Formats: sequence, structure tokens, C-alpha cells
Amino acid sequence: MLLGLGANQLLADMNRLLSLLFHQGVLDEQFLELQQLQDDSSPNFVYDVVNIYFNESEKLLSNLRGLLVDKEFSDYKKMGKHLNQLMGSSSSIGAKRISNICLAFRAASDQNNRPACLRALEMLENEYCYLNNKLHEFFQIEQQRVLAGGVRYPIQQQQQQPPQQQ
Amino acid sequence: MMSSSSSGSGKKFSVLVVDDDPVIQRIHRVFLDRFGFETQVVGNGKEAVDLFCSGASFHLVLMDWDMPIMDGPKATRELRRMGVRSMIVGMTSRDRDSEKQEFVRAGSDDCCSKPLTSNTVTSLLQQLHTKYH
Repeated sequence: MLLGLGANQLLADMNRLLSLLFHQGVLDEQFLELQQLQDDSSPNFVYDVVNIYFNESEKLLSNLRGLLVDKEFSDYKKMGKHLNQLMGSSSSIGAKRISNICLAFRAASDQNNRPACLRALEMLENEYCYLNNKLHEFFQIEQQRVLAGGVRYPIQQQQQQPPQQQ
Repeated sequence: MMSSSSSGSGKKFSVLVVDDDPVIQRIHRVFLDRFGFETQVVGNGKEAVDLFCSGASFHLVLMDWDMPIMDGPKATRELRRMGVRSMIVGMTSRDRDSEKQEFVRAGSDDCCSKPLTSNTVTSLLQQLHTKYH
């Protein structure tokens, strides 16, 4: 009973965190589309996709910084490709604020405006950190909820049964 | 939410996802599988061309723009040159009309902006039913 309440509380915490991220414009309805794709046949789908996204995004951000720190940098076409990929994957997981910053970044890149690109990159890196932290918090709560929902205390019977986890 | 995804003979519609982004590959595969497609994924335009050269066929090809080795417009031109009549839809994070038009000029039937949504897939299914029935 107590554990059921714990799982419910954790679910409420998850929903509150998601609502906050939607309210802040960090996530959009595309994240809900991903959640709807998750089912018994792919129970960790959202977690897996988000982790792939973070792994790939870190590489792209590193590539972008590597290009821009060079004062003689001029390969805006290459930068545009990295940005297009980051924008595509960000919009596909519902990372709305990151997608919007990518749009502004791309506009600066189209104008070969290195200072504006650097500013956009800094915003992008900050936004990425925020999203990373918040989604990992979300998945930690989800994991706790699954554990809380699956563990049963032993019932007081003549024969004690060991707790079972699902 | 899900329309019938079978062709006239009762077989499933087959789709080839052509994209080098692992995030897109994963999402599109699950999305399309959920809508009942038989889905295959390759990482660039050359792999798509090679697949068709080997005799594979698909009702639908979802083609990304920016890819290593061979990009989307180039792969689309090559497939059409080979006589491939599959429905080819460009999928791009470029939301400029001029670039969408370039995809269509290359021979694609349509061009959609990422992300892939339920509405997009439903629309594609309707187009597939029209084409193959």
C-alpha cells in the first residue's frame, strides 16, 4: 500500500517535471509522440532514443566548437551540415528550444557571421546542458517509480515469502 | 490513429529509411513499424542505390538530404535514372521552399520537414493507397 503511494507520488513528480519542461518551451508535442510509441515491445524506447540523441549531439556540439574556435574558420557549409543534423534530431525528440536556437545559428552561419555563430553556440551548449540534466532527472524518477511499483514487501503470513521484484 | 498499411494484395507496405542520423533511424523505424510498415534502414544514398541495384524494392523511400558518400537529391536522381518508380519522399530539416523544390526537381514525389509525425505517416499511407490500388 505504502509502496503504491510511493509509485503514485513519483508518477506525479514525473508529470510535474514534464509539465514544467513543456511550459518552459524546452519540449514540444513531439516528445509525447515518442512516448506514445513506447509499449511492451519497446519498453525503454524513449530512454534509448534520448540517450542516442545526447551521444550524437555531444559529438556535433564538439565539432561545431572545433570549427568555430579557429579564427581562420571559413567552412560554413560544413558547419551547416552539422547544424542540419542537430536540428533534425532535436526536432525529432521534441527538443524545441534547441531546435529554435539551431535555426538562429543557421541564419548566422548563412551570413558567415562568426561572432553571431559563437554566441549561438554558447546558447546551444547551455540549452543542451539544461535539457540533459532535466531529462536524466526525469528518467531517474521513472526508474525509481518502476522499482517502487515492482517491489512488494513480504506479507505477514505463517510462512515468510522473500520479496519479489518484477 | 493507425490507417491500414497493407497494399492491395494484403501484404504490408515496405519502406526504406535513408538517413545517417542514428536518432532518426531509431525513431523512424519504430514509428513506421507501429503503423504496420515493413521497414528497412540504410545510412546513406549510396547504400539505398546499392540495395535497389541488388533487386530490392520498396513501396516508399524516406530520403534524408545531408548524408555522407551520396546525399538525398543525388541518390534520388540516381534511383529515377535507374527506373525506380517507388514513392520517394524527401525528409529534411531544411525548411526552405527552394531546397524542397530542389528535392522535387531531383525526382522525389514530395518533400516533408522533419520531424516525422503521425499526421505525416497517415498522409503518406493515403498517398500509397492511391498509388498502389
